[in-house]
Amino acid sequence: MRRLSGWGNYPVSQAQLLAPRSEAELQGLIASNPSVIARGNGRAYGDSAVGVPATLHMRHFDKMISFDAQTGLLVAESGVLLGDIISAFLPRGWFPAVVPGTKFVTLGGAIAADVHGKNHHKDGSFRSCLDWVEVMGPDGTVRRCSPQENTELFNWTAGGMGLTGVILRAAIRLRRVSSAWIRQQTIPAANLHAAIEIFERSAAATYSVAWIDCLAGGGRLGRSLVMLGEHAGLQDLSYDQAARPFAIPRFGSRTVPPVFPSFALNRFSVRAFNAAYFWTGARKAGRQITDFDSYFFPLDALLGWNRIYGRKGFAQFQCVLPLDSARPGLRALLQAISAAGQGSFLAVLKRLGAQDSPFSFPMEGYTLALDFPVNRRSLQLMQDLDRITIAHGGRFYLAKDSRMSRDTLHAADSRAAEFAGMRQLSGMHPSFQSAQSQRLSL
Amino acid sequence: MTKSPVLILGARSDIGMAVAHAYAAQGHPVQLAARNAGNLEPQKTDLELRHGVPVSLHEFDALALDYHERFAGALPELPGIAVCAVGFMGEQGESEISPAAAARVLRSNFEGPASILSVLASRFEQRGSGTLVGISSVAGDRGRATNYVYGAAKAGFTAFLSGLRNRLARKGVHVVTVLPGFVATQMTEGMDLPDKLTAQPEEVARAITEATAKQKNIVYVRPVWRLIMLIIRSIPEAVFKKMSI
Ligand SMILES: Cc1cc2nc3c(=O)[nH]c(=O)nc-3n(C[C@H](O)[C@H](O)[C@H](O)COP(=O)(O)OP(=O)(O)OC[C@H]3O[C@@H](n4cnc5c(N)ncnc54)[C@H](O)[C@@H]3O)c2cc1C
Ligand SMILES: NC(=O)c1ccc[n+]([C@@H]2O[C@H](COP(=O)([O-])OP(=O)(O)OC[C@H]3O[C@@H](n4cnc5c(N)ncnc54)[C@H](OP(=O)(O)O)[C@@H]3O)[C@@H](O)[C@H]2O)c1
Repeated sequence: MRRLSGWGNYPVSQAQLLAPRSEAELQGLIASNPSVIARGNGRAYGDSAVGVPATLHMRHFDKMISFDAQTGLLVAESGVLLGDIISAFLPRGWFPAVVPGTKFVTLGGAIAADVHGKNHHKDGSFRSCLDWVEVMGPDGTVRRCSPQENTELFNWTAGGMGLTGVILRAAIRLRRVSSAWIRQQTIPAANLHAAIEIFERSAAATYSVAWIDCLAGGGRLGRSLVMLGEHAGLQDLSYDQAARPFAIPRFGSRTVPPVFPSFALNRFSVRAFNAAYFWTGARKAGRQITDFDSYFFPLDALLGWNRIYGRKGFAQFQCVLPLDSARPGLRALLQAISAAGQGSFLAVLKRLGAQDSPFSFPMEGYTLALDFPVNRRSLQLMQDLDRITIAHGGRFYLAKDSRMSRDTLHAADSRAAEFAGMRQLSGMHPSFQSAQSQRLSL
Repeated sequence: MTKSPVLILGARSDIGMAVAHAYAAQGHPVQLAARNAGNLEPQKTDLELRHGVPVSLHEFDALALDYHERFAGALPELPGIAVCAVGFMGEQGESEISPAAAARVLRSNFEGPASILSVLASRFEQRGSGTLVGISSVAGDRGRATNYVYGAAKAGFTAFLSGLRNRLARKGVHVVTVLPGFVATQMTEGMDLPDKLTAQPEEVARAITEATAKQKNIVYVRPVWRLIMLIIRSIPEAVFKKMSI
């Protein structure tokens, strides 16, 4: 037994962390434990990858199996990190078709959360780059599923948060790129209305995301920096860059001290940080060439940044609101946050596109994500945000959740009951359970 | 410039595999030697896909001394660097009552590794270059009740490496002794090791590539182990024999 939590260090459970090395061992563990849940690299914020009593760490299932240099189809085991895929294949001109905001996630985690990237409005979620997935079910049988074969299993596994079984392998399609650089355009938006206008105007951009200042109120409510991006072609690069288009100068990464004192992160420092970030960004607005790491994974340069919130940990709130209620909904959310004065360094606004899988998070509309240090007031605020989201027809991202109530989830998302029913009938429940699935009755 | 191959003896070991990845990432071809080498095919493919280097598999048993010459002769190319990760902890309790069990621990950690490194040493000496890396253990720095058979074998191996280094120092061949401290691997799975003192296999691999590049002689992976062992070695025997550590 050991202390186990997600990226937010909240909540903390006592669990056994087992690291099987073979399929046979995995079968044995599924059969011999009352319930298990798979764990990838622990980047989900809350308790999605925490199984009490038993959690199955997939780190030994980390082999790349084959690559087709004609089509870009990569077959790999579920414990391979997207970062490793990038290290191996970007120098050869390939990049994952969908990446979340950190490259330190496993293939299994990306599938189970059906992650979305800055190109969701254009290319859809992670499932759209999957050819097939192999899943070990409650009986220890491994089934291959795809949009053509075992379709039901495929549909519920993408976004199923490990609750349909253990993902062993998958085939994913990489996209061709001509450099490791991104052509970035930064557009300041004075308020929420302007930010949404920019997103709607920029539907053709491959990548788009906005950093939003959640502490600004009044006429500046929702002031943002919208960042659009395209993979840079050789013609976009300087002579030096174009000569070696996949070579990125290394800056090295910094590490946050083990536990950063949480008093360093009070309302004033966040406010100052946000204001400074906005004005620096606004001054640098315009077009620039950025390396892929800085564009897609800015936080990864600061290893262990989750510790800046101190021992009590932090929680993320992420919801999506349907397009037609996004404006009033976002306004209400931002007003509540700004009034409470509890914003964070990391508030992100993004336009999502349509999504047609049964249990994935995205829907056509706008998603807002922000972090809070865990305390009584922020937990209260997040409950208020839950209510506002539900009132505007929105739903919540399980990969970020660590504290929602069962009633909140089921009120927001009628699909949850269907998912839970399917799990009961198929025997996936009780074999596969996380602390989160128990909390949320999934 | 094409880089010289790196040979990993005991390649299925977690440390050995981490070393293989570290060198492959630098562009070195890799030769994986292990018992039942055939079932390392997935590891071979993974290394090749990730790092774009050629990887070959070689059947190798450290205890089959008679075959060591033939094994070395059959390698597609004499490696520039050879890393021996072969080791076997056994059960101390069993080693105390069964001479056969004790012999297996002694031979797997000392006789076998010493034999294959001797064979390679002569070939490296003849060529006038190369680095031999032996993974020994701090357990060999002082015998303790809980694992002295394993410790004794590692003590022998450490002394052997030091002599080999001395012999080859003026022949262009370098010898590195690695004393990893605790490492989170198959060997220690299920043991309750203190986090701060326990290295990951990747750390050991980094220490090995650095030590090889800088021609270091003896490396402790986490520096704190140098201090711990300094203290443990200096405890008077009269006191030490009554301690349980
Ligand atoms: C800085 C940061 C930025 C992020 N940005 C984004 C973003 O932009 N978009 C986005 O969508 N997400 C984002 N995330 C969330 C992250 O992408 C997901 O939580 C992802 O699932 C984490 O992958 P992991 O390998 O760490 O999985 P874990 O956190 O270990 O597990 C997450 C879920 O996947 C399941 N799982 C993992 N491996 C397997 C397997 N082999 N078989 C079955 N189930 C498995 C677990 O049971 C759990 O339910 C971000 C997270 C961080 C920390
Ligand atoms: N883990 C630690 O805390 C620690 C600490 C100090 C030193 N070490 C040393 O580090 C080295 C690597 O160990 P590890 O931790 O990575 O553990 P490991 O995974 O158990 O590796 C030991 C390897 O030795 C191989 N081996 C044993 N007998 C062999 C033989 N007769 N012929 C060929 N190969 C043989 C095993 O191969 P098979 O797969 O065929 O069995 C196994 O792959 C060992 O020398 C160990 O003593 C480890």
